[in-house]
Amino acid sequence: MLDISLQKRQGDFILDLSFRAAGPEVTALFGRSGSGKSSLVRLLAGLDRPDAGHIRLNGATLFDSGAGTDLPAHNRRIGLVFQDSRLLPHYSVRGNLLYGFKRTPESDRFVTLDEVAGLLGLEKLLDRRVGALSGGEKQRVAIGRALLASPRLLLMDEPLAALDGARKAELLDYIARLAAHFRLPILYVSHAPEEILRVAGRMVLIDDGRVLAEGPVEQVMSRADFAAAAGSRTLVTILTAVVEGHDSARQTSRLAWDGRHIDVPRLDLAAGSTVRARIPADHVILSLGPVEGLSVRNQVPGRVLSLTPAGPLMDVAVDVGVPLHAELTPDACRELGLEPGKAVTALIKSAAIDAAEVSLRPDDISAG
Amino acid sequence: MFTLSPLETEALRLSLLVSVTAVAGSLPFGIAIAWLLARARFPGKTLLDGIVHLPLVLPPVAVGYLLLVTMGRHGLIGGWLHDVFGITFAFNWKGAALASAVISFPLLVRAVRLSIEQVDRGVEAAAATLGAGPWAVFFTVTLPLALPGIAAGIILAFARSLSEFGATITFVASIPGETRTLPVALFAVTQSAGGDAEALRLCILSVALALLTLLIADRLANRLERRMKGQPHA
Repeated sequence: MLDISLQKRQGDFILDLSFRAAGPEVTALFGRSGSGKSSLVRLLAGLDRPDAGHIRLNGATLFDSGAGTDLPAHNRRIGLVFQDSRLLPHYSVRGNLLYGFKRTPESDRFVTLDEVAGLLGLEKLLDRRVGALSGGEKQRVAIGRALLASPRLLLMDEPLAALDGARKAELLDYIARLAAHFRLPILYVSHAPEEILRVAGRMVLIDDGRVLAEGPVEQVMSRADFAAAAGSRTLVTILTAVVEGHDSARQTSRLAWDGRHIDVPRLDLAAGSTVRARIPADHVILSLGPVEGLSVRNQVPGRVLSLTPAGPLMDVAVDVGVPLHAELTPDACRELGLEPGKAVTALIKSAAIDAAEVSLRPDDISAG
Repeated sequence: MFTLSPLETEALRLSLLVSVTAVAGSLPFGIAIAWLLARARFPGKTLLDGIVHLPLVLPPVAVGYLLLVTMGRHGLIGGWLHDVFGITFAFNWKGAALASAVISFPLLVRAVRLSIEQVDRGVEAAAATLGAGPWAVFFTVTLPLALPGIAAGIILAFARSLSEFGATITFVASIPGETRTLPVALFAVTQSAGGDAEALRLCILSVALALLTLLIADRLANRLERRMKGQPHA
């Protein structure tokens, strides 16, 4: 259990945020650059000192301005993986991995070198010098090194920002596995929604040094302020579903949730895999009933939950097991007589759905 | 074959003894002050920086005179050291080492400070999050990564000590077997009639020693540089 309330003024920028993160899971911290994410990470790790507030972790107080408590970084046991791996250049891979391990009391250790090397695929690199490693290898060593210090909380500050696509996917898998395997709370800082969708169950949305929203990833990412922070005007719906099967003739995969299903362009995933699909609200069409003679593949029945003005348009939330957002003109809403409780059919173009596998365990997904 | 006369052997031995002692004695202080100047923020930092650099810009004779006044047997600090600890720097090789140490100190501090400033503070921060306290960070990260600069500082200070003359002769005079290092001996023979041949021999000896020092320095710097960058040995 992490309980944070921090204030810090840096020039004109004021960081003032409070949130809690429960349990051994990946919590994502999302915000655009300059929103205060990295400042928060430094404050948590003890590298900078907050002006006021408190940091509590599993009942222990790490910082409390009122009580005058300020545990130095080296006593906090908070692991930190930086964007640039910051390995010790004069140590071998093994030396880097063991640097924190040696400084951790035996009774606090929860993992061994062999275990970490196996988990992160570092066995063959152990005797290399770090200057000769690739970017992905460096980040794996940085993660392993942080783990071997047996942290109570692992902070990851955009750990994949410097890597290419294939390395990213691979490391995301590792990261998701870590939280589950070690029952370790991870705070994953990112400004990439696709990374968060893969690894995080919950997320905190911050902007301009403040917390705008926190909660299950699906809920936070469906908010208008998330769309704004992500640099988009359009709302999205995050649908967590299971791959039911593939239709090779039609080159589609069927995603099922809550007794409903949609077809999406074929995914290269085994049946039974959990995916999160992003459905942009401007690609959802509403009709008063099933429609024939249309190219749109997916017709999902539901009932209108709410209508909210969103700029010149209306955001219509439809209950299809989860709230599905559709963007309509006020005129269209009037013409269809949309009001809460009204039965409608949501038409969703397959090609507009962007689905990716979720790396975290299905039971870590808190909503959907 | 170039064989050394007893006078030359004596001067060479003294030069090496004085220079090694000067550098070894001032190194811990040099590193501490370089770290303070590179990393710490405190009032009077500019003043400290100025004082450290003073021997670089003052005439060595002035430095020697100041040492005589403060560290001599009847000097403010020298007198106290003599009364309390029985240590004296007056007119002995230890005084010559002290003069060399003071004169070469700015060179040592500058080189070390520059190399400490080059050490990535991000790596130091990473070490702290891995459980290393400030001293552990200093000894396992800052100091090893600053080694190339520290080595450069040592060599520079050593070379400057070897050539030290003005402050030495002012502070501890020219006493054969005690304070007559190579440069002091060279000066002594140039002052005596018919010492030209001897002066030339001492001069050649000085040049050879200086070249050897620079050569070793170059090789050492290369090796350290490679090691600190995490690259395999060539």
